[in-house]
Amino acid sequence: MIYALLTWLILFLPLFAAAGITLFTLRWRTLSALLSIGAIVIGFILTVALTLSVHLGTPNYWTSTESITNWLTIGNLSVDFGLKLDRLSLMMMLIVTGVGGAIHIYSFGYMHADRGFSRFFACLSLFTFSMLGIVLANNFLMMFIFWELVGVSSYLLIGFWYEKPSAADAAKKAFFTNRLGDFGFLLGILVAWSMLHSLSFTTLQQTLAANPAALGTAASIAGLLIFCGAMGKSAQFPLHVWLPDAMEGPTPVSALIHAATMVAAGVYMLCRTLFLFNATALHIIAYIGVFTALLAALIAVQQNDIKRILAYSTLSQLGYMVMAVGLAGPTPAMFHLTTHAFFKALLFLGAGSVIHALNEEQDIWKMGGLCKKMGITFWTFLVGTLALSGVPPFSGFYSKDSILAQALEQKNYPLFTLGAAVAGLTTFYMFRLFYVAFVGKPRTEAAGHAHESPAVMTGPLIVLAVFAVIGGIIPISEIYLSQFDAQKSAIPLVQRIIEPFTASPVGALIGIAFVAVGFLAARILYQNAATDPLPAKLGGLATAMKNRFYFDEIYEATFIRAHDSIAAVFDFIDRWVVDWFCLGLVRGGTDFSGRALRLMQTGNLQTYAFLFVLGVAAVLWFVLGR
Amino acid sequence: MHVGLEHYLAVSALLFCLGLLGVVLRRNLLVMYMSLELMLNAANLVLVAFSRFNHNLNGQVLVFFIITVAAAEVAVGLALIVALCRKRQTAHVEDLTTMKL
Repeated sequence: MIYALLTWLILFLPLFAAAGITLFTLRWRTLSALLSIGAIVIGFILTVALTLSVHLGTPNYWTSTESITNWLTIGNLSVDFGLKLDRLSLMMMLIVTGVGGAIHIYSFGYMHADRGFSRFFACLSLFTFSMLGIVLANNFLMMFIFWELVGVSSYLLIGFWYEKPSAADAAKKAFFTNRLGDFGFLLGILVAWSMLHSLSFTTLQQTLAANPAALGTAASIAGLLIFCGAMGKSAQFPLHVWLPDAMEGPTPVSALIHAATMVAAGVYMLCRTLFLFNATALHIIAYIGVFTALLAALIAVQQNDIKRILAYSTLSQLGYMVMAVGLAGPTPAMFHLTTHAFFKALLFLGAGSVIHALNEEQDIWKMGGLCKKMGITFWTFLVGTLALSGVPPFSGFYSKDSILAQALEQKNYPLFTLGAAVAGLTTFYMFRLFYVAFVGKPRTEAAGHAHESPAVMTGPLIVLAVFAVIGGIIPISEIYLSQFDAQKSAIPLVQRIIEPFTASPVGALIGIAFVAVGFLAARILYQNAATDPLPAKLGGLATAMKNRFYFDEIYEATFIRAHDSIAAVFDFIDRWVVDWFCLGLVRGGTDFSGRALRLMQTGNLQTYAFLFVLGVAAVLWFVLGR
Repeated sequence: MHVGLEHYLAVSALLFCLGLLGVVLRRNLLVMYMSLELMLNAANLVLVAFSRFNHNLNGQVLVFFIITVAAAEVAVGLALIVALCRKRQTAHVEDLTTMKL
């Protein structure tokens, strides 16, 4: 009972904060920020309390509870509004409130000079509420509603600086692309509902466990349609184009939404509903994941905007997670999601600190030599880079290795090879960024005069850095294991540190070899580079990478063009057929007959009397004369 | 010559049409008003004639009522016309078109 109450409280606190800020405290900047930060920090503390009471209590005391209130009943469809609290949602809540809390505090420093300070925090709180809703949802409809709410708050935050046309466009692009995926998601939900007559995850899982063929021939279709939703939110190919553009939003937003939490919602949803997917669907999902990972990593190699590099690396890591789900490994997927949330939030906040120090400069070729000027940012960024590259014993190594091990375990060697290659590419582009931006000599005046950010910004960096280091060693994957696969037992700490080498030595060693190659290549090419040497070496390929393999242009030329021409046709029909012909005729006819009838109102008594007599005569003729 | 019901009806119809023409064609309000009375009395004549030929006194009673009401109506109507003439300085119906938009 107390668990249920606490969960409801955690979910609704941010909503209260958002409503309070919007309605009452927009004028008081600090108060607004404190409300928002307070809501999420209290949420975090309550979540930690919940987790401890679960984890320290008897281990299998409760694995899953749901608190349900009936929300609406239409005919024989009854929809609950319920919160599903189990290890999976609990860990995800920890990420959302923990990482989110750090970013809220960081925003207090980063956004301090902004005019829309209060509005920013209201949007952040709304986002936190929606995200917690997705995490806690116990049925598809509720998840879909919060899914859309997340889309809206993401739209608000990307377009936060709506005066900038690029930001407004990016917000629209993100929203539309997401809607495209959500359309598939909705269709998938409808297919599942029409076949299985339930929306609740628990009921669906039981139905499918009792009768695996319940979905019949629609199984693959339903799975892939639901995956469409994840494709939009988690920015998988071919709906990946919105995420890099979303970097137009403020940097804390990029860190919170487009790195740590919202884009993880797709992966989380896949893990939550894994029971729905059959082998065919999972196979396709795995290949889409690895293709996204490879594509994004290649593009990231030739980007120059610090936030875009990180955005493409997010895409690439999301590809990893989706691949892990496709390999029927929700544990590695969620494990990587968790560690990724730590180090990617760290990297984005570090990038934000750099951008802040250099007066909104985002081009890495205009930085350089920041290691001496910004000590804390430098060291924490290095930690994030090492973690993302997958260098042992940082957290990224363990989670990435668990995905590669999963591929080996499934004997899926193409996916393993590609995954390992992407790990090498990841290291390469991250150290390219690192060498160019932080090492060497300052390339511009601004970079020479950079100074460290205030403590309210470096504090979260340090906290996140600590987690980026120890994320692989603390028992995160154990909790996911106990959620998804009860048979495997927990292992002690020392053994866990060397676990990748004992469990799957080949995978771990090959992964490390690729990382080493990537690092050495970056060191040789970029340690003292004044300009980027790659375009000369790779020629056309580098141009293609730099231009993001022309995906935006291709979409522009095909889908958007096609959409525009269809819209033009309908505009023509609306303007000329409906408005001019139909409406014009009706309007003109009414107008004309009105004008004609007006002539009859002369105001002269005798005319009326005469018409009256005519009328009487007509009636008489009608009654008697015929 | 035997005077039958048809003769009365014919006279009544004639009177009614005369009254109608007066209302529709004459421009003076007072004349229109008198024509109106003519139409009313045409109707009275028909009622009396039918009453006489059908041996039923209801018609005659109705005529008394009509005459009484008509007297009252004349009082009101004339008062209105007098008031109108004072206000507008005209009794010409073509000048009274304020009901037109």
